[in-house]
Amino acid sequence: MTCISSSIVARSVSGAVSGALPATGLAKTLSEVFPATAVDAGAAGFVLARIPRSSLPVLWVQDRLSGKEAGRPYLPGLGARWPILRVDVTRPADVLLAMEDGLRCKGLAAVIGEIWGDPPALSFTATKRLALRAEAGGIACWLIRRAASPDLSAARDRWRIASLPSAPHPHDPASPGAPRWQAELFRSRQSRPGTWVASYDRAADRVDFSAPAPDRTLAEGDGASGQRAAG
Amino acid sequence: MERQGNAPPDDLPVALAAEGAHGPVIHAANRAARLNGIRAGARVVDMRAICPELHIDYANPQGDRAALDRLVLWARRWCPWTARDGTDGLVLDTTGSDHLWGGEAAMLVEIETRLSLLGLSAGLAVAPTWGAAWALARHGGVRRICPADGVGPALAPLPVAALRLEAETVLLLQRLGLKTIGALAGVPRLALARRFVRAELAGNPLLRLDQATGRLAEPVSSVQAMPRFRVQSRLAEPILDPTPYLPALCHDLCTQLRDRGYGCRRLQLVVYRTDGEVASVTVATSAPSRDADHLRRLFDDKLERINPGFGFDLITLEAGGVERMDIVQTRLAGGAEEGLELSRLIDRLSARFGPRAVTRPVLRESHVPERVQGWTSAMAAGQAATLADRRDRPVRLLDTPEELRVLYAVPEGPPAQFIWRRQTHRVARYAGPERIAPEWWHDRPGTRLRDYFKVEDQAGRRFWLYREGLHEDGRGGDPRWFLHGMFD
Repeated sequence: MTCISSSIVARSVSGAVSGALPATGLAKTLSEVFPATAVDAGAAGFVLARIPRSSLPVLWVQDRLSGKEAGRPYLPGLGARWPILRVDVTRPADVLLAMEDGLRCKGLAAVIGEIWGDPPALSFTATKRLALRAEAGGIACWLIRRAASPDLSAARDRWRIASLPSAPHPHDPASPGAPRWQAELFRSRQSRPGTWVASYDRAADRVDFSAPAPDRTLAEGDGASGQRAAG
Repeated sequence: MERQGNAPPDDLPVALAAEGAHGPVIHAANRAARLNGIRAGARVVDMRAICPELHIDYANPQGDRAALDRLVLWARRWCPWTARDGTDGLVLDTTGSDHLWGGEAAMLVEIETRLSLLGLSAGLAVAPTWGAAWALARHGGVRRICPADGVGPALAPLPVAALRLEAETVLLLQRLGLKTIGALAGVPRLALARRFVRAELAGNPLLRLDQATGRLAEPVSSVQAMPRFRVQSRLAEPILDPTPYLPALCHDLCTQLRDRGYGCRRLQLVVYRTDGEVASVTVATSAPSRDADHLRRLFDDKLERINPGFGFDLITLEAGGVERMDIVQTRLAGGAEEGLELSRLIDRLSARFGPRAVTRPVLRESHVPERVQGWTSAMAAGQAATLADRRDRPVRLLDTPEELRVLYAVPEGPPAQFIWRRQTHRVARYAGPERIAPEWWHDRPGTRLRDYFKVEDQAGRRFWLYREGLHEDGRGGDPRWFLHGMFD
């Protein structure tokens, strides 16, 4: 497992965020991801890109509202990167239970949970349990929080992901190309927060980070969030 | 086969019906009904006309087969080699075991007595071959015993239907004037072989005759009875909570399983209440297991669902779905295998959230996007999914496509703007269309084709839209637009 994760290259270049590599997200711990809009599939795409190819399955836990509003994972689009084991539960508390049960199991590549909104069950204690369990078991754990506010949490890395206009298509300028995301690490225990443009290289199975392009969409919320202190 | 306890009186005509091509047909009839002229295979309405007081019940072929399978194992009391014979018979290989019962005649009396105590009536016969025994039991006399060298004379007066032939072959032989087995045996072999050269076994009188006379071997393949594993705990005082007793029960059961080399896929915990009621909890595993700790943990949240009433004084734990399970070599360094860990995780999750909540995707041969992927229970053995199609597909698919309001740029083209969930999205770039036609062998007539577009809106979100139908394709009004999935 370690040899796979080290093959992922994180590039961060120039500007205010130089030297702050976001590669710490690869650590086998709990990371939270907040999509910019509730139904943005870019957050899921970013998380999936961060999980290296493996023959071990990924445990994917969804609560009812996430599945209904933002759709189910679709295998033809995901490709056969890893087998998927999906758990469909009704309550957010059950999502946390299933994730914790999955983190106890050694035979998993990663655990992904999706929770809609800010349920009371998702307290600081609950996230701390998940983080400790993930670190004890050595399994990457990603919590996708849709329509949620980034309140108190013990997640080691917290990302805010928004879809960016895709890279130019090599053959057709009118059609969308490879996906790109604006990845904002707004709180991290191991590394300096920052904002990057992330893209996924499907052939090499790695995520490339680069400095944000100085365009209009990024110029607004940049900078200030990058300076927020790490906890 | 009548169920025990509620058998109707013999003088009342009763028949069982099964679904036929043209309405229900008679499946079986009792003696009174047969005397009234009720035949198996006739239509129920016709038979009601013959015998208005006929009582009709529906047959249960699966239940009969299961009961017969149990009877096969029960019949091991007379000889060790028994098998089910068709849907209505048993075959026992009694070679060398009849002397234990005082000879073949005494054994047949014993068998008939035992079966009648179960409420079953039976026709019995002993013969050197399976085919001869079948014929004599159904068409011979009462408890016929055929000596080793008397097969030919014993079978000669029986009708050709006693050779286990299909109805069409029997009809054909009767048209040829061959009514009895003796007449059939008198025909030269060459003529019969030439006439039925292409017929299968069930339609070939020569092969069936050879089987009955012993010229063609017909071995009996017996089924192996699975051992039953069950432990119980008798309590001095009625209690309300079985939890403290569960670890010991699981441990005892798993020791039994390990000693005999088996694993179980189901566990049933039954508590017998003092007021005579019985309550039970069942858990299942995705792979055979005999790990006491793991099996006990599957009961974790389920014991609360038992209604203890005024308490219970007997707890039993029974293993179901017993399979052979050999000891496998784990790693030298210790620690559990990943496959084993995973199947245990599936067990735990399925026990907690129900087997339908834990699923894995399976791919199917189809072009329609929502039919390509199905979800099956992770408890069932799954095969690795292979992706043949490398086209651009979204990573998430909505359960039901959601309708959009669309502003066109050009007719028949992609939308310039669409409104989804009350939000306006402006299309910046698009790819498509990709036309997916309905599957006429699946869909209702009138289903419209779909043109799929991958679009990217002004904020960079990528969606998968489709237009259902074309303008004036004769299948409804204007085409409608739907959003089906999201790209990463």
